[in-house]
Amino acid sequence: MSTDILERPPQQRAAPLHTRLKVVDCDIHPTAASADELLPFLSERWRDYMKTYGGFYRQPLSDTLSHPRMAPDVARADAWPPGGKPPGSDLAFMQTQHLDANNIEHGMLMPLNRGPGNQRNLEFGAALAGAVNDWQLAHWVDRDTRLHASIVVTQEHPPFAIAEIEKRAGDRRFSQIMLPPKSLEPQGRRRYWPIYEAAVAHNLPLALHVGGINGYPATASGWPSYYIEEQHTNVQGMQSLITSMVIEGVFEQFPTLKVVLVEGGVAWVPALKWRMDKHWKRLKSEAPHLKRPPSEYIHDHIWLTTQPLDEPDADMDLAEAFEQVGVDRVMFSTDYPHWDGDEPSFVVGKLKIGEEKLRRILRDNARELYGFK
Amino acid sequence: MSRQRHVVAAIDEVGPGTSKRVNVAGRDIALFNVGGEFFALANKCPHESGPLCQGKIIGLAVADEPGKYRIERDGEFVKCSWHGWEFDIRTGQSWCDPATVRVRAYDTAVENGETLVRGPYVAETFPVAIEQNYVVVEI
Amino acid sequence: MTLAAPDTLARSGASSGAASPRTSVFGSPAIDCDLHIAVPSIKALMPYLDAYWRQQFVTRGIDRLSWNLTSDPPGAPISGRPDWRPATGKPGTSLPLLREKALDGFGVELAIANCIYGGAALHSEDMASVVCSAMNDWIAKEWLDAEPRLRASIVVPMNNPELAAQEIERCASDNRFAQVSMLVAQGEPLGKRRHWPIYAAAEKHGLPVCLHAGSLYHHPMTTNGYGSYFLEDYVAQAFAFESAVLSLVSEGVFAKYPALKIVFAESGVTWLPAALWRFNKTWRGVRAEIPWVKRPPMDIVRDNIRLTLQPFDEPDGAGRLERFCEQMKSDRMVLFSSDFPHWHYEGTDALPISPKSGLARRILYDNPRETFPRLGLRELAR
Ligand code: FES
Repeated sequence: MSTDILERPPQQRAAPLHTRLKVVDCDIHPTAASADELLPFLSERWRDYMKTYGGFYRQPLSDTLSHPRMAPDVARADAWPPGGKPPGSDLAFMQTQHLDANNIEHGMLMPLNRGPGNQRNLEFGAALAGAVNDWQLAHWVDRDTRLHASIVVTQEHPPFAIAEIEKRAGDRRFSQIMLPPKSLEPQGRRRYWPIYEAAVAHNLPLALHVGGINGYPATASGWPSYYIEEQHTNVQGMQSLITSMVIEGVFEQFPTLKVVLVEGGVAWVPALKWRMDKHWKRLKSEAPHLKRPPSEYIHDHIWLTTQPLDEPDADMDLAEAFEQVGVDRVMFSTDYPHWDGDEPSFVVGKLKIGEEKLRRILRDNARELYGFK
Repeated sequence: MSRQRHVVAAIDEVGPGTSKRVNVAGRDIALFNVGGEFFALANKCPHESGPLCQGKIIGLAVADEPGKYRIERDGEFVKCSWHGWEFDIRTGQSWCDPATVRVRAYDTAVENGETLVRGPYVAETFPVAIEQNYVVVEI
Repeated sequence: MTLAAPDTLARSGASSGAASPRTSVFGSPAIDCDLHIAVPSIKALMPYLDAYWRQQFVTRGIDRLSWNLTSDPPGAPISGRPDWRPATGKPGTSLPLLREKALDGFGVELAIANCIYGGAALHSEDMASVVCSAMNDWIAKEWLDAEPRLRASIVVPMNNPELAAQEIERCASDNRFAQVSMLVAQGEPLGKRRHWPIYAAAEKHGLPVCLHAGSLYHHPMTTNGYGSYFLEDYVAQAFAFESAVLSLVSEGVFAKYPALKIVFAESGVTWLPAALWRFNKTWRGVRAEIPWVKRPPMDIVRDNIRLTLQPFDEPDGAGRLERFCEQMKSDRMVLFSSDFPHWHYEGTDALPISPKSGLARRILYDNPRETFPRLGLRELAR
């Protein structure tokens, strides 16, 4: 691999695809400039609560994650807007640095503010979810129509989640329902099915962005020491989520449910499909509600986002993995403004699957899933 | 094409331990001052093209065994502003994959204004004062 | 990169002194690196306990308990192939059946047995420790003395690494023990320093440490808690192995114990390359957190981790084993295993590649010999 870009001969070919194509970015993180920014969207009771008690989580540190990140605010170093506000908090800066520069036609917002779904106080979680939803509209979507909000809910008490979904479902500014993949029980368990019923009724995909705080250790052997390990468990979190939703029978119960996994990467999916199919064959009698091999449910119901793009030494390995997943099920994402993001140019350069398929990944699959024109 | 020597900055514009982005003959270049020595690297990471001029200037974290941490060559590496790959400011070589990943490094020199005025240097962007010293990059 | 084949070491076991090793059903010699023997009941271990523990077991009724593991239910179809189950009792309890189906059935020269049992999972560190000692003595007497083609794994109390290291020292003089064996899902990540006494003792005696699918259930198998079905937990074993890779490398186990080999047994294998693409990628950016990791994780894994073949997660005939070797840039990592009596395939169809290929020869014989140096040692009895 030669990566000394300045040594490359001048390109004679047509301009690369991402410069000619509008792109849908399935993972953009808007950030509140300060916690106060959410206050106007909370009732007095919850404003008070937030100021007095903050969040109340199932982890040792009350304000931050227990594996310190490797970059301030998990952000790329050039994403700090002038004036010192946090990365992802300034629309004008985001427009210049990302939306305009990268030709973004639609951007899916993934607000991570304080994790309403992970609040132990369920009523506060519900109030916070509502506030984050209003804030997305006021600060972002209403100021740039390229941006699309996600309905943030607290999944641990489905009636609260359903109320929030019902409230937002008719509003076209919201395109999906956002849940944390780390919930109190695996996502396939029946306690969450009422939420899926509401999603299906309103024809809204579920988006699960990596992360969340549920009190369970990140691995089956407990808490790892280092961020590099904890970061990788995002993958296992996604694997667990798929395993649970498929094997518990969610997709038999809700045949039109669509699930988007955000920031989990892609290349691990083929081996998981093979593993699930193989052992399902042997242990079928335990889960007679499954009528088809697990890999078929995965393909029919699960959408993946590209970032962080896997980087095997050989580009052909990446292309092979994408083909095995199904290029109709992968959608481009940047994770802007986070440190481990990917630009469209990188994905176009690295993913050697031909322009037609790249076009689907960069734009068409997402347009189709979300019903964008 | 013969190489030209471009005057890019007065030395006090780039303090020790800092970097500055300069444009030279249409090229985006990150200029570094490592303890009074100047180095110029392409301002474009070989990974995903992140701007190196905004990366943190750091020392190399090393350990002879697990749990025994120390810093070597403090201030001689830049950590890319995006995914954090580390590059040797002196050579442009990447630490994680030195054999195949390097960022283009340019020769630099410090010249005084008097020499520069005599040429043959390209200094179209700012005036040169005789009593000042300047960083010159060869492209 | 890899150890030299121990050609200079005396050939061992049943073929000791013979000019060439026996030929397996695959047409070349083979060593089975993961088959299972099982403790039929705690009663079998009673003769190997001292007076205190015998009294405890009888007065508390412990000798009547099963101690089967939740992660290894003997009745599940995957746990025993119909033609590999004894007429009575748990799969893996019959020596004649193991001889007929596994040793003769595949025609292997040697086979390394794993004995997965709840005794090692007890919360009482002392009780777990005496049960492990009893198991190791029982294995030596009832299995190894009776069948010269058999080798075994030292079972250790995973909750107490010091006691585990002592047990390794106690058993290491018996060269028929070829490795140490633990479950992959434990109370704390496998690379943590608390486990290092185990790795130190293992490295010292040329014993690889086998991590076998299974859980102590100190935590759920997934980070989302407990699912409803065994199938979910079984699938999730691969996730636990993936975490083990991250932990072992990141904590610097191989920086500290460079000669140590870790053998993943029943891991599924095919998930590994993609996991390492990701690990390599992240390492490039955040390696300053773990500066003792000086090479890309994939290179370290290639040198220090081995995987037993069965179950091999792929669709039939998909050619994934060859691709695995290409992607890992190594044909040294996979070790033949029948996983007898577990049910993953029919007949002797355990090899997903042509038995005539050079890769098959490596997997069947060369890789096992390179991984387990003690298989070549002549001195057998204690
Ligand atoms: S762009 Fe520099 S490390 Fe990725």
